[in-house]
Amino acid sequence: MKKKEVPQDDSSIKDSKFKELCYAVDEDGNYVTAKSTGWSPKTIALDNALEDINERVANAKQRVLNNETSPIEYYMELHKMDLPILSSYVGIWQWRVKRHLKPKVFQKLPEKILKKYASVFEISIEELKNISNGN
Amino acid sequence: MEINFTHHQTAHCENGVVSNLMKHNGFDVSEPMVFGIGSGLIYCYIPFLKINHAPVVTYRIMPGLIFNRFAKRVGIKIKREKFKNAQQAKATLDKNIENNNPVGLQVGVYNLTYFPDEYRFHFNAHNLVVYGKKENEYLISDPVMENVTTLTDKELEKVRFAKGAFAPKGHIYYPTAFPEKLSLETAIVKGIKNVCRDMLAPIPIAGVKGIRMTAKQIRKWPKTKGVKVANHYLGQLVRMQEEIGTGGGGFRYIYAAFLQESSKIINKPELAELSKEMTVIGDLWRDFAVDASRIYKNRSAKNDAYNDVATQLEAIADKEEMFFKKLKKAIK
Repeated sequence: MKKKEVPQDDSSIKDSKFKELCYAVDEDGNYVTAKSTGWSPKTIALDNALEDINERVANAKQRVLNNETSPIEYYMELHKMDLPILSSYVGIWQWRVKRHLKPKVFQKLPEKILKKYASVFEISIEELKNISNGN
Repeated sequence: MEINFTHHQTAHCENGVVSNLMKHNGFDVSEPMVFGIGSGLIYCYIPFLKINHAPVVTYRIMPGLIFNRFAKRVGIKIKREKFKNAQQAKATLDKNIENNNPVGLQVGVYNLTYFPDEYRFHFNAHNLVVYGKKENEYLISDPVMENVTTLTDKELEKVRFAKGAFAPKGHIYYPTAFPEKLSLETAIVKGIKNVCRDMLAPIPIAGVKGIRMTAKQIRKWPKTKGVKVANHYLGQLVRMQEEIGTGGGGFRYIYAAFLQESSKIINKPELAELSKEMTVIGDLWRDFAVDASRIYKNRSAKNDAYNDVATQLEAIADKEEMFFKKLKKAIK
């Protein structure tokens, strides 16, 4: 990449002050560093990833409302987590977390366990039980 | 308490922390030098491990390995510590700051408050330097940021004890002993040999063979996974390639910069020529990213679009295979 080809595309990042450093070749063929504000293939990839997450969140929300899954799944998606990550944050085995995603099991969960989930998601137990209380 | 530490922005975090800590201790080592001697370059396709619901592709070696290899090869000693509880981790950090010793920390990105929201995923292999503390705020030099920043007690604890794959567990590291003069010449040769071995390894998922395997998979994705998932996978592939600091070339440009710098140090003009070749390969990786992004932007369902980018990848694999064979010969 030539120095003058270092991309200066608009990034999707609101905080446009964020500039990356890249290595590129100057006119004499020497490697130098240059700053880049963003590059569109990357922005598109990032946008798509975020869109994908939003879709997953909306999907999970609907499934909670349909009583097909417990609110834990909704908050898990909201925090960009998957089962292994959530399991390690709450300190509960994956197969148990998976079980807690069943609405029937969730309703019978003791306060102590609900508290663990609530503190990982940084919400109250009320918000955990009822997703319309949160956002 | 503020240590007199100079922040330099770098392309990639781990190289940056090492290079900045070395500079602080009076050794002017550039970022590409750290990356090259630490043999940071690799390609690995790990279909059975999923991050963000897509198979993992990595263009650089495991976190921490760059510094370990670098240290061993130039002859410095480093100390690394991990902790079971946050109090201990904090006490050790505070003690080092009091002793005027800036330290490197491994942290998770998800709760890094100064990062743009869009970059905050559950990724636990980020690195930064703590160079002081004012009241309850730690002074942070994050090498990928233009300027220094701060994090509160609480915020720092959260990122040091992020969970999931590669959980940092409060990981703290710093150099403890230096030789009088760094043995760069032998270190460069060792670093290059290591990369050639990795890239030409007879393992189906690693190096040149790994690139070919990815290409093969890309051809299959639209049929076996459907267009939506195929596009998601392709997007992830580009995002990993475009991890901060790669300049789009999947770290190939940093490596080319390393070869150029090395050619003068060990007096081998061949390396300068090979640096140019690596730059061309980096450009090919960029072209691949541009074309791949076109597919997932338009959500085009045409199968030949996938075949086209797969063919591009195979061409890159051929070029890299030739390149690393030549590089291996050049340092014999």
